Amino acid sequence: MGIQFSLMAVVALVLVAFLGVQVAGLNYVFGVIVPYIAIFTFIAGFIYRVIGWARSPVPFRIPTTAGQQHSLPWIKPNKFDNPSTKWGVFVRMALEILVFRSLFRNTKMELHEGPKITYHWEKWLWLAALVFHWSFLVILVRHLRFFTEPVPGLVHTTERVDAFLQLGLPGLYLTDLLFLAAVTYLFIRRVIIPQLRYISLPADYFPLFLFLAIGITGVLMRYFTKVDLLKIKELAIGLVTFHPTAPDGIGVLFYLHLFLVSTLLFYFPFSKLMHLGGVFLSPTRNLPNDSRMVRHVNPWNYPVKTHTYEEYEDHFREKMIEAGLPVEKE
Amino acid sequence: MKIYNGKPIIIGLIIFVGVALFPVFYNGGKASPPPEIKLDTPVIQQMTEKQCVLPKGEMRTGHMQVLNEWRTEVVRNGHRVYVAADGKQYNMSLQNECMKCHSNKSQFCDACHVYAGLQLGAVPYCWTCHIEPKEPKETK
Repeated sequence: MGIQFSLMAVVALVLVAFLGVQVAGLNYVFGVIVPYIAIFTFIAGFIYRVIGWARSPVPFRIPTTAGQQHSLPWIKPNKFDNPSTKWGVFVRMALEILVFRSLFRNTKMELHEGPKITYHWEKWLWLAALVFHWSFLVILVRHLRFFTEPVPGLVHTTERVDAFLQLGLPGLYLTDLLFLAAVTYLFIRRVIIPQLRYISLPADYFPLFLFLAIGITGVLMRYFTKVDLLKIKELAIGLVTFHPTAPDGIGVLFYLHLFLVSTLLFYFPFSKLMHLGGVFLSPTRNLPNDSRMVRHVNPWNYPVKTHTYEEYEDHFREKMIEAGLPVEKE
Repeated sequence: MKIYNGKPIIIGLIIFVGVALFPVFYNGGKASPPPEIKLDTPVIQQMTEKQCVLPKGEMRTGHMQVLNEWRTEVVRNGHRVYVAADGKQYNMSLQNECMKCHSNKSQFCDACHVYAGLQLGAVPYCWTCHIEPKEPKETK
């Protein structure tokens, strides 16, 4: 169900852009207005979601403890999997964000005859996720050549490294292949593992189809059906310098690509893709496990009226002495 | 509105906006129209019919693929002659045929390549093997 619905949604998006540009000739709408709406929604929605999370109190330390806690001096603590300091948390977060350490721990559980439980080494998800995210980053950096003038040296370097095989003209980018391969793997994995398919929703399939469609239109433009790059750069740099133009004769494929990317940006804040911001705000990862070193006060506690024993004794000392009860201070 | 851990979160959001809008800050609103490609070399000016091996639009978007095919034909198959759609014959050679007309590399090849974000002298890697045409200094 989810698969058909998501696929139809992406096909419909492609059709909308195709008809809008090819038949109705709405170049300016699809080349300027839609991208502006998309980028505005992306940034405003992203901030709104993050502020929404920031308003939720996290009163106590709830980190996942994946190693020995800091305790007695002769017991070796696991500084990064059960951090007790800010530095430990920083390293843990860096490992999480840059190399997906939690995903690396992934195992596959199976129940056999007996009953007998087994845990398998399962790194393929981690590998595909790593390839997908890093390829995506490289592709984003490479695209800056259309949005900057002059083009920064870092973009050139990224491009050169990515196309270092010097295969064909225009040169083959490795990340183009890796990106499509990784997205395909992530999709197939969802479809053929029964448990995963059972829990998969349209919100899981739709981004995958969207990425696939974006990747395919991009690859088609670069290697097969060519488009006019100069006009594309004119449009792209027009957007970011607020001199928007939609020159004629770019080729409809570019508008499909742009509309799909605009959809992605527009959809981003309302979707699971918000893990881009969420990974930084995961309380199970970004809190030091220092519950036994620091006192954490629940922010919504109301001020409790207390009457300690010292105060009680001050109050009733004379009566207590009269009655022959023991007191701590004479 | 109460925000918990406001300082790092606001700093993070500012970094996010800075990265997301990097091209806006980097260009500073300066318009960058595409370069004019100069076709006024002496050889082209003498031509009666100003026509490249393929129509202008196809050359614009597909010249790199044409060059790649020519390379394969010449180097691997030993064919040197290209017959255009109008029956005209060309010598498949970047240095001797393409650059004979387009002798203004810096205003023809490079102008577009630099604007499209290719690294001058490295991408495309034509001139690591081929010899660049000598241009008079003042045209640069």
